[in-house]
Formats: sequence, structure tokens, C-alpha cells
Amino acid sequence: MELSGIAAYLVSFFTFVGIYGILALGLNMQWGFTGQFNIGIAGFFAVGAYTSAILTTPESPWHLGGFGQPFLVGVLGAVIVSALVGLLIGWITARLRTDYLAIATIGIAETLRLIIANESWLTNGVRGMSGIDRPFSDFFQALGLSSAMGSLIVVAAFLAGVYFLVERARQSPWGRVLRAIRENEPATEAAGKNIGRFRLEAFVVGSAIMGLGGALYAHYFGFLSPEAFLPLYGTFLVWVMLIAGGSGNNLGALVGAVVIWTIWSGSEFVMSASLPEGYGGYAGPLRVILIGVLLQVILIARPEGLLPERAPQAIATTRRERARQQ
Amino acid sequence: MIRIERVSKAFGGLQAVRDVSLEVAPGSITGLIGPNGAGKSTLFNIVAGLLRPDRGRIYLDGKDITGRRPYELFHLGLVRTFQIPHELARMTVRENLMVVPPGQAGENLLQSWFLWRRVRRQERDIREKVDDVLDFLSIDHLADERAANLSGGQKKLLDLGRTMMTDARAVLLDEPGAGVNRTLLAHISEAIQRLNRERGYTFCLIEHDMDLIARLCDPVYVMTNGALIASGPMSEIRANEEVREAYFGGGGARMGQAQ
Repeated sequence: MELSGIAAYLVSFFTFVGIYGILALGLNMQWGFTGQFNIGIAGFFAVGAYTSAILTTPESPWHLGGFGQPFLVGVLGAVIVSALVGLLIGWITARLRTDYLAIATIGIAETLRLIIANESWLTNGVRGMSGIDRPFSDFFQALGLSSAMGSLIVVAAFLAGVYFLVERARQSPWGRVLRAIRENEPATEAAGKNIGRFRLEAFVVGSAIMGLGGALYAHYFGFLSPEAFLPLYGTFLVWVMLIAGGSGNNLGALVGAVVIWTIWSGSEFVMSASLPEGYGGYAGPLRVILIGVLLQVILIARPEGLLPERAPQAIATTRRERARQQ
Repeated sequence: MIRIERVSKAFGGLQAVRDVSLEVAPGSITGLIGPNGAGKSTLFNIVAGLLRPDRGRIYLDGKDITGRRPYELFHLGLVRTFQIPHELARMTVRENLMVVPPGQAGENLLQSWFLWRRVRRQERDIREKVDDVLDFLSIDHLADERAANLSGGQKKLLDLGRTMMTDARAVLLDEPGAGVNRTLLAHISEAIQRLNRERGYTFCLIEHDMDLIARLCDPVYVMTNGALIASGPMSEIRANEEVREAYFGGGGARMGQAQ
């Protein structure tokens, strides 16, 4: 591969890492902090992607809208709509514990995917939506950067913002209550916390972050079809990333996104280079097996992930601590 | 302070609590004793809002609190500990205590995101309060330990510490001495006494250790088979034939020992 090809590959690689990193941070808020077993990530991912696509594409006879709005309006819309979907689902499932929540979320995510595939007035169904513009491509062109590079910069900026907010949430008293709920619900309720409220908030904010990831994906990839939101890509990979990186640890979520995406996308090259002729069709399933085995190895060898959760740094020091330091 | 009025509760065919009325006077350390399965914990769970009584009412300072959720009762000044310590295992001892105080601005996510200075200021006050509690209980050396690593007795102390992080006035203690060694038990009972005398906490506690009950509690209520059979100071309880019969199988050996 020549140099420009490698550069283009790296841009695409890190853009996907960034998008998956955002999804993993959203999941970390739900699972890592609060212990909510959401296996419907793909659903929120899809809602965000389609919302932004419908809002930003030019008017089309093939789907709802488009409304020709700017990129940032699309992103904002994606965040709001996926938060509302999260609110609805969270409200319905508020009283469900982990395994029941899991069943409910995967059911809802699959329902959403089938709606997307079948309600073609809304989404153009299985034929998909195309012509979704990359963010600020004129601006980046004026700077002499490709639209792909521009996407990477935009994704990186959003990732940094999300990381900041999620990490601050973790360090805050709000995040402390979430972790307390994860550890022991009766004790947290006995400490006067309205755990229903906190669980709903974590679920909604996590869902909104996943929706943001979906919008960024739509604008990077430029084309959406229901295929992209199969549980394998939208949900399973994100879970493996968070578990491998270290659930409860935001930096771990990002490390997990880098490591797992490296293995996942790298395995494509390896498989296509090493499988004998005529066996190419096995590459996809073999990659899934590879990731599945990897997940098992991690769960046995490093159950807390590459970067295990640690108590957050104190956000304030007491008189005594200051005195000791002097 | 807490008034239980004619409370009954059945689980299927089992009548766990029958028509129990009792009163926990303000400033008292009231004991609740009885053999296993007597319905003490069920009664506790009803008062603490985890279970709804089939019949009867619970009052806190004259206010009907029947059926209120535990977190609502917390804000009315009624807190509890659990028979099996409910520590937040993967959080530090300090975090276990810091999570408790009510009205933390930082429990609002938007304030945590955008009013960070205010959250920090409040956090400092809470940390200082935690230091006081850890000192009071003499477990300040464990502040940064994961709660999962504490011994059973230390977890009981931590539970007690959690109640001290509140402005609670009434505290329900479910077997504060269970599984705790003698040294630590003396420590726990001293802490309860000091909290009662110095800070005006009212306690109601379930306990099997007759020493601890005799040392701390007045009055003492006795339950068997879901019903209240006696009440009064421990000296009277010891002399009560019905209690001896029901609780100690007539032998009264342990009572003699406790003396």
C-alpha cells in the first residue's frame, strides 16, 4: 500500500475508533457506573444516525424530509430524539432489573431496526439513505484538508467533549450515587436516594451519547441502511470494547475501543490474506468467533479489564489533608 | 417518636406479624428481642418502608408514614441498618459515607457539569464530616480501603457510620452485634450509647446478644410467633415467666449468664 493509502486507512481507522469510543462511553454510564444491562445499543445508535440524516439531507421523495438543516442541527436533533427514546424505554423498564432490562432493550433495538427496514416512507427502508454530507467539508477544504480528515477532527472534538462530561459525571456526587446503586440498591435507597430517578437519568444520558455516536457515524459514512445496525456491529462490539477496556473506567472504555477495533478491522486483512481460495465466505463468521473467544479470555484472565475501575480522585481536599501536605 | 399501631403482616399462610403495637420514645434506646422467626425483622422492614403492612399504621412524630418508600423516610429522619451489612463493596469506606448526606448539589448532573465550584465546596464539607465520623468510630485508617475488604465487624461499624452522616433522629439497627467479636462489640455499643447521649439519636434495635440488650436498652419488647408478649425494662423481662418459656425454653440459662 502506498503512503497516501495508509494515511487514508488511518483516518478511517481512527474515525471509527472515535465513534465506537463515544458508544462505549455511553454504555459505561449505563453499565459501568449504574449496572444497567443495555444490549440494545444498536437501537439508539440507529435512532441518532437516522434522525441526523433526515434532518440534514436535502428534500427527497424517498424518505421523510430531508429538511436540509446544517450538521450541528442534525447532531442536536439526534441527541434529543435518542434521549427521548431512552426516556420512554427507561420509563417503561424502570422497575426491571439487569437481566430483564437486557431482554427488553434487545427487543426494542430489534423492533427499531425492523421499523427502519420496513417503514420506507420514513427511512427509505432496506434501500437505505444516501447523500449525507460530511461535517463542515467546505471549511476543511479551505484549510486544504480532505472531508474524511475533517470528519476525524469533528469526531475527535466530540469524543473529547463527551469524555470530559462523562468523566466529570463519574467524579461527581451524581456518579457516586450511580455506583452505589450498582453496588447495592437497598442500601442506596436507605441512604435517601430516589434510585428510580438516578437510574432513569443515567439511562437517558447514556442513550443520548449513543445517539450522538450514531449521528457522527451517519455523517462520516454518508450512507445508512438497516444492515449497519445489526446487533453484532452496533451492540456486541461495544460491549466487548467496554469489558476489555475496563467497565467503570472511562479511559478503559477508550482503550478498549482502540484495542478491539484494531483486532476487529485487522482480522479482516489477516483473514482475507490467509484463508484458502473459495473459503472467503467464512471470513465474517470467523472474525466474530475470534472476538467471542477473545472476550472469554479477557473475562477469565482480566475480569476487570485492561484498566480496572478505580475510585475517582477526590474533587476537594479537607483542611486536614491540606495541613498534612504542608 | 415511632409509634406502631396494631400492625399485621402475612406471607401466604404464614402470619409473620400479628397485631403488634409498640412505641419508641424519643431519646430512648428501645430493644426488640425474640427467637429466630419471631417477626422482628419483618416488623423492622415494615417500619423502614420495605414492606407494606396488611393492617395497622406507623407514625413518626405523630405523622402517618405507613407505606412510605425508604428514601422518603430517610428525608423524614428515619434511617436503618441491615442485619447483613449492606456495604457498597467496590467503593472505598470514605465513598460509602460520602454518598449518604442529603441535599448534595452535585447529585444533580447539570450542577455537576456546570457548577463545579459549588459542587467542590460542598464536597469539601462532606469530606470533613466523613473525617469526623471515621475518627468517632476509630476507623480512620480504613478510609481509602475498599469496603469489600473490611471484616464483618468493621462493616457493622461502617453501617453505623452511614447513619451518622445524616441528620437522622431515629435509627433502626438490625442486629448491630451479629458476628462481631467482643472487642469490636464493646466499641459498637459505646458508639451507640454516645450517639444517644451526646447527639440525641433515638435507637430501636433488634439484637440476640442479651449482654448488649441489657447494657443499652430500656425498654425492651419481646416478640414470639409474630406477637408481642412482654415489654418493660430488662430486669422485668428477665423475671417474666412467659418470656422465659417462649424464648429460652424455660431454662433461662443464657439469661443467668447474661447477669
